[in-house]
Amino acid sequence: MDFIKKNIDTITMALTALTALFMVVALFMVFIHAPLEQFMRWPQKIFYFHVPIAIMCYVGFFITFVCSIGYLWSGSLKWDSFAVSGAEVGLLFANMMLVTGMLWGRPIWGAYWTWDPRLTTSFIMWLIFAGYLILRSQVDDEVTRAKYSAVMGIIGFADVPLVHYSVKLWSRGIHPVIDRSGGDAGMHPDMFMAFKVSFVTILLLFVLVFIQRVRYEFLKCQVEIIKSHKTRETKQG
Amino acid sequence: MSFWSGVLAIVRKDLSMELRGKEIVTTSFFFALLTLVIFNFAFDMSSLEIRKSAAGILWVALLFAGALTMNRSFLYEKENDCLSALMLAPLDRSSIYFGKLISNLALMLISEVFIIPIFIVLFNINVMQKPLYQLAALLLGTTGFITVGTIIAAMSVNLRAREMLGPLLMLPVVAPVVIAAVEASGGMIRGEPAEGWWVWLEILIAFDVIYLVVSWLVFEKIIEE
Repeated sequence: MDFIKKNIDTITMALTALTALFMVVALFMVFIHAPLEQFMRWPQKIFYFHVPIAIMCYVGFFITFVCSIGYLWSGSLKWDSFAVSGAEVGLLFANMMLVTGMLWGRPIWGAYWTWDPRLTTSFIMWLIFAGYLILRSQVDDEVTRAKYSAVMGIIGFADVPLVHYSVKLWSRGIHPVIDRSGGDAGMHPDMFMAFKVSFVTILLLFVLVFIQRVRYEFLKCQVEIIKSHKTRETKQG
Repeated sequence: MSFWSGVLAIVRKDLSMELRGKEIVTTSFFFALLTLVIFNFAFDMSSLEIRKSAAGILWVALLFAGALTMNRSFLYEKENDCLSALMLAPLDRSSIYFGKLISNLALMLISEVFIIPIFIVLFNINVMQKPLYQLAALLLGTTGFITVGTIIAAMSVNLRAREMLGPLLMLPVVAPVVIAAVEASGGMIRGEPAEGWWVWLEILIAFDVIYLVVSWLVFEKIIEE
């Protein structure tokens, strides 16, 4: 932890450079290296970004869930900083997931949106965590804010399996699932390689954005502390 | 004071207050009634097709009425700082939650007792074809959204936009309740065999149990100062 704190600028620089490098490689892998899918043709390329983004979106919400429990357990505001960062970055990735999904859905399904189980689950998660952020904006006191949003983070994430299971029963899905019954990756090796590279790219992007968001939250806390010292000094002086 | 006598005392307090003022039951009943009237204008309720969506209309009316009146139970406690008094009382904190939950549930069920016969009369749809199971669906579904609603109301009364925030936070979380309750009640109204709707009752039970436990665990943290 101390090592990260001391070298945060160097780490940020290195991570940014690495992410940028990986993005270029991922673009090459996706558009030139990987073969064209035989039925979907070009729109299928979105898959390489859409799937890793969707995974990272749920990782973000899961971070909020775990850190919310951590906050209620320990009462340390550090947990809250991680929780809000998870929700915000998760929501950012949820937006990207919904947009890339719609761009793919239009040419393949003929509609931007269908009420398929996966789409519905993601959309409800989006609504819950957008509500989480609105809730935060409504509370001024930071301890109360941390408590309320931790409760909301737990209630919200506990909903994932329930929402998913019930919408799955409620409507038959048309969302594609990769067929892995053959025991392999379920796709051409070159495609799988491109997927792995773009997954690492999106993972790096997530980590980079998440670290910056946590850092911003810590800096904000420091500013608050300095401010309160200042007002105390002026009052005493 | 034991846990249940504390719960009972809070329920008794809330219900006797409601008995004198009759505020929550009347407002939630009228809100549900108005929703039904609005639905009548929005859709062609005289067609035979409406049987398919009857359960949906009923549940939306109940859910919105519940969501809008939920804040009230904690708003009363905010007046004259009654909540602090409740917290000073020698009670287990979670008995405040269960007391509020049971009184909210009781009030919501009382308004349902009035709204369901009116629904049957207005739209000429027999909701109570399988009375016992339908009552179970109503009880489980109402418990589901009241469980989440009570915990959210305990937070949202302290927020600036409390009237808006309660429903805004609650409705997405209770999405599984809406789906399951509508499917269960709808299946019964359409006279489908039990295999079709039984699983939805199970989902309602799962939702209720999960959220009762989660709410019980986190409620203490919300109200402590």
